[in-house]
Amino acid sequence: MLKRIVSLAIIASFSAGAVFAAGAGAKNKTQDWHFEGMFGTYDKAAAQRGFQVYQEVCAACHSLKYVAFYNLGDKGAPFYDPEYPNPNDNPVIKAIAKMFTIIDGPDESGDMFERPGITADKIPNPYANEMAAKASNMGAFPPDLSLITRARADGSNYLYSLLTGYEDPPEGMKLSPGMSYNPYFSGGNQIAMGAPLTEGRVEYTDGTEASVDQMAKDVVEFLTWAADPKMEQRKRTGWVVLIYLFLLALLLYGSYRAVWRDVKH
Amino acid sequence: MSTPVESDEPTRRDFIHIASGTAVVAGAGFLAWPLIDQMNPSADTLSLATIEFDVSSLEEGAQVVAKWRGKPVFIRYRTAAEIEEARSLDVNVLKDKQTDSERLVPGPDGKLKPQYLVAIGICTHLGCVPLFDPKDTKGGEYGGWFCPCHGSHYDNSGRIRKGPAPTNLEVPPYWYMSDTVIQIGKEASV
Amino acid sequence: MSGQSNYNPKTGIEKWLDARLPIIRLGVDTMIFPSPRNLNYWWTFGAILAVMLVSQLITGIILAMHYVPHPDMAFDSVQHINRNINWGWMLQPMHAVGASMMFLAVYIHMFRGIYYGSAKNPREMIWIVGMVIYLLMMATGFMGYVLPWGQMSIWGAIVITNLFSAIPPEAAGTAVTQWLWGGFAVDGPTLNRFFSLHYLLPFLIVGMVILHIWALHIPSNNNPTGISIKTKADTLNFHPYYTVKDAFAIVVFLMIFSYFLFFKPDSMGHPDNFIPANPYSTPAHIVPEWYYLPFYAILRAVPDKLMGVVAMFASIGVLFALPWLDTSKVRSMRYRPLAKQFFFLFVLVCLGLGWAGAKLPSDLVFVTGVDADGHEVGLTFVWMSRILTIYYFAFFLVILPILGLVEKPKPRPASIEASVLGTDKGDN
Repeated sequence: MLKRIVSLAIIASFSAGAVFAAGAGAKNKTQDWHFEGMFGTYDKAAAQRGFQVYQEVCAACHSLKYVAFYNLGDKGAPFYDPEYPNPNDNPVIKAIAKMFTIIDGPDESGDMFERPGITADKIPNPYANEMAAKASNMGAFPPDLSLITRARADGSNYLYSLLTGYEDPPEGMKLSPGMSYNPYFSGGNQIAMGAPLTEGRVEYTDGTEASVDQMAKDVVEFLTWAADPKMEQRKRTGWVVLIYLFLLALLLYGSYRAVWRDVKH
Repeated sequence: MSTPVESDEPTRRDFIHIASGTAVVAGAGFLAWPLIDQMNPSADTLSLATIEFDVSSLEEGAQVVAKWRGKPVFIRYRTAAEIEEARSLDVNVLKDKQTDSERLVPGPDGKLKPQYLVAIGICTHLGCVPLFDPKDTKGGEYGGWFCPCHGSHYDNSGRIRKGPAPTNLEVPPYWYMSDTVIQIGKEASV
Repeated sequence: MSGQSNYNPKTGIEKWLDARLPIIRLGVDTMIFPSPRNLNYWWTFGAILAVMLVSQLITGIILAMHYVPHPDMAFDSVQHINRNINWGWMLQPMHAVGASMMFLAVYIHMFRGIYYGSAKNPREMIWIVGMVIYLLMMATGFMGYVLPWGQMSIWGAIVITNLFSAIPPEAAGTAVTQWLWGGFAVDGPTLNRFFSLHYLLPFLIVGMVILHIWALHIPSNNNPTGISIKTKADTLNFHPYYTVKDAFAIVVFLMIFSYFLFFKPDSMGHPDNFIPANPYSTPAHIVPEWYYLPFYAILRAVPDKLMGVVAMFASIGVLFALPWLDTSKVRSMRYRPLAKQFFFLFVLVCLGLGWAGAKLPSDLVFVTGVDADGHEVGLTFVWMSRILTIYYFAFFLVILPILGLVEKPKPRPASIEASVLGTDKGDN
């Protein structure tokens, strides 16, 4: 047992990015993301479009189980509106929630019933359970997307590369039935998910042209937010803390010099 | 080699220590807030701090129990006869003097909707949930609710009429978002 | 605690308390005690570690208020903390990143002890208690990493608990693993007991830290020259001289901590731990947390399962014997030209082992050529680990004992005071 596991084991956590990319298929296509860097924030318009892509394309098979509707209207979230600091009052959030059907219950007679979503609900799963999901997808389980960009090395670039990376298999390669060729897929070159994005698959409400590249970027922006919804608060707090600590270090260094002034050391 | 912070009067030299010390204490103070605030209700709990309820689904004479902040809320569609009974009562016979109108909130048109009575279903005596049954005596002697624990009788306005409970059933904060939808957990914003 | 007390109760209530519970006296004498006047910044890591320990305790107690130690809910509850709990997005990474920062500090603290001979007579007990703290930290860190119940959590737990299956079944190896797991595999009972122990062990660490500091107060600190304190002129009171110096160093350390916490919270972890635990599917690449990597490399360097486990535990065990393995009469390697070089090589070897621990054993460190089939050949990481492992043990078991006998140390200053004031010819 141990030997098998050990022989499987590799890879530094800290150098993971490069090594993973090299180990599993093609190297990720790198994008300049709005959320990168110490000042990075989410591009709200892109993330809103990304939510539309998720809702109209991905949600048919992929759950987003850790995201509640009110999360969508939190500070730093795609649909945040400063007029509604409490996202549960935000009419946009309420309207989004209402579009989803929630299975609730049991009622007095012991039956489950359907009702429109409210802001407190989480985004519902497309399948009743994992087995049902597998049964509908020829044995492949469409993973939950709440953490997908953090659960893959260099996740945002990886996801973008994957979504835009479908191509015809190289000559002589025989794909297993139902599989598609994608050189970026971390589990090998064959992926059970068919190319999800096609030109004009969604019609953006803001008039942006829905090219595959655009939709991929938008949905990555959205899913990166979904995986790390508090990033903007975190970075903002980080700056305050770093500046405070820097000033405190200066003061303490002054104190240190004052205390040690008469001492040769 | 004198220890600096020992003279009675702060000197210029001590200023830096006072500044450092103050900065440390201030930082610790700010750090304390997250450590305390994490025990406050979390975002998922707060998302259920208000609930919306569509009263048009109620049948006349019936009540529905909504769950709000871990408590049962009675929402009752009163008949004309019941409303008349509640209104005609002389408040001076009550232990907790409240008219029926004082226990209602106005709809979007500014008028009361006396057919809908909303009250928290917890007996004000010792916290049991009173029984409701307008058809027989389980609902008490006054056509409202009866608490089985220590025999408090409430009328159909939720006012205490007989028994040990000291006050009327509490009316939760709520308002009419539209003609038929109430939001419990919040007063109407003026 | 060197006999005389620095505390003079003035008011009546202080005298009353002092006669009954001399806790203020204890505090004052712990802080105002003579320390060598030449301690450098490498000596601030003790205070840094104390701050980190308190930080881990506080954030840990808070996380325990929201975490659920159940296989079905552990992963979800960590997400709940990060997404819904007020400030949870800061407190949870503070605990996880904090663990890494604490190990970083403890390694620097230990290397400093080896370099300056702080483990040696008369400070053996300080070192041994410190090693016990380190072992407890390793156990605590390991069990803490299991709690989020991601893929790395469960597979780390499976691999590490399987170390005990190296004991042959007839010698109760199977019984031991089943006892550890509370079943036939790592599952709910394992998670629940790890949570309990993860909460308990830090308090044992606190107890050991008290012993560590108590033992330190008997001979007082070692110092960069390694020379014992001779007169009062060699010393300064810990407070305010070193409290203010430590405070400054702590704040600088916290800046590094904050950078990772707020801007790179995932950099110390592994993406696979954002996938919920699945006992039926091993991730393609599994590695322990970075602070265990050197020991992981030693484990894998030995081809035999049982001997690999023995070597790994021996690599920690040998550290306990360090005070007696380093036979030199001179404490500080500042005055030991040969030992100094072997020491820096030892540091590199530890880093190299960490590097090897992160790689697939058959990966190549460098390529020397191509074999008949067209495959690249060269030094594999498993062979690098073997070479480095040999040096690791040789450093303690051969080099240090022999060097102490054959090495000719450089002249040392007459006293700490002399080294500071430059009235003597030291090397710096």
